[in-house]
Amino acid sequence: MWQAPEDVLEAVAIGAGILGTGGGGNPYIGQLRARQALRRWGPVTVLAPEEVPEDARVICVGGIGAPTVGIEKVRDLQSYHALRAIEEFTGEQATALISNEIGGSNSVEVMIAAAKAGLPIVDADGMGRAFPEFQMKTFFVYGVPCCPMAIADEKGNSIIIRETITPAWAERLARAATIQMGCVACYAVAPMSAEQVRNTAVPNTLSLARDLGNAVQQAHDTGRDPMEAILNTCPGRILFSGKVADLDRRTTGGFARGTLAIEGLDDFTSHRMVIDFQNENLIARVDREIVCTVPDLICAVTTDGGEPVTTELMRYGLRVTILGFPAPALWTTPQGLHESGPQHFGYDTEYIPLQVAAD
Amino acid sequence: MFVGVDVGGTNTDAVLMDGNQLVGAAKVPTTGDVTSGIVDSVTELLRQHPDHTIDAVMVGTTHFTNALLERRELSPTAVLRLCLPATRLLPPLVDWPEELKDAIGGFTYMVGGGNEFDGREISSLDRDGLRQAVGDMVRQGVRAVAVCGVFSPVDPAHENEAAALISEEAPELRVCLSHDNGRMGLLERENAAALNACLGEVANRTVQGIAEALKRLGIDAPLFMSQNDGTLMDTDFAARFPVLTISSGPTNSMRGAAYLSGITDGIVVDVGGTSTDVGALVKGFPRESAVAVHLAGVRTNFRIPDMVSIALGGGTVVTPDPWRMGPESVGYRLTEAARVFGGDALTTTDLAVADGRASIGYPQRVAGLDPSLVERAMAEIQARVETAVDRVKLSGEDVPVVLVGGGSILLGDALAGASRVLRPEHAGVANAIGAAIAQVGGQMERVYSLESGGRAEAIADCSAGAVQRAAAAGADPSTIEVVDVEEVPLTYIPSNATLVRVRAVGDLALFGA
Repeated sequence: MWQAPEDVLEAVAIGAGILGTGGGGNPYIGQLRARQALRRWGPVTVLAPEEVPEDARVICVGGIGAPTVGIEKVRDLQSYHALRAIEEFTGEQATALISNEIGGSNSVEVMIAAAKAGLPIVDADGMGRAFPEFQMKTFFVYGVPCCPMAIADEKGNSIIIRETITPAWAERLARAATIQMGCVACYAVAPMSAEQVRNTAVPNTLSLARDLGNAVQQAHDTGRDPMEAILNTCPGRILFSGKVADLDRRTTGGFARGTLAIEGLDDFTSHRMVIDFQNENLIARVDREIVCTVPDLICAVTTDGGEPVTTELMRYGLRVTILGFPAPALWTTPQGLHESGPQHFGYDTEYIPLQVAAD
Repeated sequence: MFVGVDVGGTNTDAVLMDGNQLVGAAKVPTTGDVTSGIVDSVTELLRQHPDHTIDAVMVGTTHFTNALLERRELSPTAVLRLCLPATRLLPPLVDWPEELKDAIGGFTYMVGGGNEFDGREISSLDRDGLRQAVGDMVRQGVRAVAVCGVFSPVDPAHENEAAALISEEAPELRVCLSHDNGRMGLLERENAAALNACLGEVANRTVQGIAEALKRLGIDAPLFMSQNDGTLMDTDFAARFPVLTISSGPTNSMRGAAYLSGITDGIVVDVGGTSTDVGALVKGFPRESAVAVHLAGVRTNFRIPDMVSIALGGGTVVTPDPWRMGPESVGYRLTEAARVFGGDALTTTDLAVADGRASIGYPQRVAGLDPSLVERAMAEIQARVETAVDRVKLSGEDVPVVLVGGGSILLGDALAGASRVLRPEHAGVANAIGAAIAQVGGQMERVYSLESGGRAEAIADCSAGAVQRAAAAGADPSTIEVVDVEEVPLTYIPSNATLVRVRAVGDLALFGA
């Protein structure tokens, strides 16, 4: 158990940016909102998954909408309102909250609702990274129903999606409502049991994000190699390092899709990496050979500072290092890969697990 | 003829331009009050070149923003957001430094109003709430108010209505509307409006002071100020948007370099004594940065040139063993501290002289340097600048590179990534020339739904708006052209909503007709 005060937010934002694998949007607004919430309502208690009481009722909250809208109509307390709506509908009170997604700016949404409601949060989430769609959560892959769920806006509107035939239908209906609500809504899913949390959530991801952020900051302050600091914190490996040579970005069906080409430097001179992304980085190839695929994490950080670089901030000439981290084990089972593997994103490629040297 | 003036940190330069022809230049020390330095430079210029009719004076100065950094002469300012019930968790001024917030009074209000991304109202404008807020502002002694509506760049109606109501209730209040500064990003746009509002009075005094001083010199011509994007604003506009001058210096330097070299698309490398600034020219204007800019600790989204600065200049100190080049620099003391000028410091300039690529000072004083040391230094200087050039490029193609600044003697005549390297004459007054040749611009930013393939129509509509704004700002309509179109797709919205931003510029109507 630990307390998440205001001054942990910067490290969490950096770590969540790395785990966001290129997606997750601009972290500034989320971090500022969390800071305001923690200042006003005090620090939030963070429970390790094994510390969650047996009789706990754990509600997953998260944001849904468009990041580009979120920098203008900044979110208020939608996640808290969604929480109250689902509690009222199910007749069950939450005893703890859990994050939908650790990657990117969504990582702090749960803290805002928890601070306001005076509830602890679980050090875990439903992705262990970032993914573009609501239904892509380990909870749902392993049998937690995604409905009923509540969606709330900032105006006092909330709706319940009582039942859907698949989680993908929940995403479809939720997104349609979100657009009508003005594109910065939040959702809350009916409570999970402690056992469900322990079996289906990716554990210890908030503390991992915090530790990654601290590692990057300390490396910066002491002049040490940021890559080494990151890889000492989270086992993975350097896939490539170079400069951005080309960026082809387009928007289809509401998603930012495209390819990023990186020309190798130093150890990777005369090689070329190409990364396919759909908000998040999906597939990385070096000289046309696949070196990493979803659900493993393909993370771009600045070569000199180890700071995460989202696909929106990518541009020609930027010096980046591409890190690969093995996916959480919950994603690499046949059920997990069905929702998160390359084929889910339309690729005719098998998932090749990233090999990380044990030390 | 027109006069361009650049108020730098050390010198104030003035140039006299006949159309696009440089007629003369004068250099005087910058003064604390700025105005007397401007007067001195123009007086000197006119002494050298009497009997010319001056049609306009263009001044580049970042003086307005000093008041902000020193937190003096700031007007008591309110920030009024049209937003409820949205955005409450982050009230206006939320991330400002406490001292600056205190210096402007920190009066904030949120009332019902504002829009959704697609133009619908979040709620109708709360006129009663607005009246109450204005009443409170008056009681608190507020003199300026920044008004910011959610998604006002999509639909400015609520901001305009609020402005009208404020003028009715309290005509003495100076009103700044956020949509006049364009750009999405609620807090950044609101902050920008608040900074402009609190600087309005001091900016007005400064501009009036310069205008009156020029009149006393017998110059009865309109006065313009340079803004960050390389275009001009008249004195009224400058008093309303003083913060738009914050980076006019680098902008004018790049525009001047473009003019002097004849290069409109390429890279400008400005090598000073301590640092080197590298920026990209696109159609004769500096490419703008997409990242947030902090001013006096306040996050804004002003458009400023996208530049890479490296700690390398003519005064950068070199240590042979262990090998180090900078970041220390002898700076402006170069002409006494460097070895070729009789000093003890080993600088990049000394090594360039030893190499033979530069010939200043006393070359014999560096004749004994180890050739391998000289070679290493030249290679490193070259590599650092080449990396910086590469970082500001938009693609891998070779482009022309323009070298300006006193430290450019460090560089050879070939650079990796450069199709050619140019060293224009008169580069020392590039900033003042940049001010003098500035044009008038207009910008428009809106969200369009491109569902039915209406991309061309959307760009045409946005371009028409930008052209109209350029004309309203004083550009000769026959010369206005669109210089930049940017499309930003809004992800996660299936209707293909896209933010379109268009910039148009034209010649000042005065000369274009």
